[in-house]
Amino acid sequence: MITAGIDMGSRSVKVVLLEELDVNGAPQLKYGVKKVHIMMPGDLDQDVSAEKAYDEALAAAGLKREDIAAVFATGAGRGQVAFAKEGVTEMTSGAKGAVFMFPAARTVVDVGAEEGRGMKTDAEGKAIDFAGNEKCAAGAGSFAEAMSRALQMTLKEFGDASLQSDKTIPMNAQCTVFAESEVVSLIHASTPKNDIAKAVLDAVASRVCAMVRRVGIEGEVVLIGGMVHNAGFVSSLKNAMGVDTISLPDMPEYISALGCAMIAAERQH
Amino acid sequence: MIANYGYKDGSGEYYISIDTDKCIDCAAERACLTACPKQMFEIIEDDYDDQVAWIKKPNCRTLSYDCADCKPSSGYTTLPCITACTPGAIKHSW
Repeated sequence: MITAGIDMGSRSVKVVLLEELDVNGAPQLKYGVKKVHIMMPGDLDQDVSAEKAYDEALAAAGLKREDIAAVFATGAGRGQVAFAKEGVTEMTSGAKGAVFMFPAARTVVDVGAEEGRGMKTDAEGKAIDFAGNEKCAAGAGSFAEAMSRALQMTLKEFGDASLQSDKTIPMNAQCTVFAESEVVSLIHASTPKNDIAKAVLDAVASRVCAMVRRVGIEGEVVLIGGMVHNAGFVSSLKNAMGVDTISLPDMPEYISALGCAMIAAERQH
Repeated sequence: MIANYGYKDGSGEYYISIDTDKCIDCAAERACLTACPKQMFEIIEDDYDDQVAWIKKPNCRTLSYDCADCKPSSGYTTLPCITACTPGAIKHSW
């Protein structure tokens, strides 16, 4: 049986086609990923983006729509996926996918483009406690992206630059707009770019950490979402949370889509 | 599940926590729906097919203003939503 999980993020659409395998053994052998696909939508119609991403993933896997037992959607735009059988929240799908990848994970931190959230999960990958920030993007990837633009750096350069700094510069602004003027003030004060980059990523990490502390830090901590690719942010988050290690999946932006496809498979039985 | 709805900004941390395990078999007959003067609570079917309360999305971004009228500064000694929820599923962080 093959199921599909579609994660309708605010910046990109992620699709995972998952095959349930008939094996006796470790639970991790129960599923095989047939194909993953990511698409940055060029249009604002999320339903059109979902259709395109899904069709592209099917074509890449050599499958037809009728081969898929169920399509489930997650993410901010999950309600826009008309062909999805059901929608699940980002908390439920993220926790499920993270525990599948890291069975000892009990704290899951999800930082995407527009939103960050912290979840506590049980051994089955069921979210038992969650907190997010519904108001602004200051604790998410788009904040880091806006600040890297102000410094005329790519996101990769921005993350790497922050690792070169050992300074702690507090950023007081809680809003992306005001934070940008704070960054401009630091530039005018001839603050090295490395230090500004670290200040920005420390600020994002601090906001994300505040959400995670609401649910409590327990067991293995796993970070999912696109911000995993930012090494500077990972380092800042580790410091803010006061943990030695944060587990990072290989393809962090697909974890919610993976969890969503797993839930779709479970609900077909 | 403890669901925390709200946000943290420069002025503070504003979260309403709902213990959905206490909410599923509501002993207060969903009194939160009518107790809140802003009607912020809504019953939804969650990801585990349980009927539970949540905070309407637009209110999640404006809690500090929406709840201000029910706080001690406005003459209340207890919050109407917390008083109405006899199972004790609702908590405010501020």
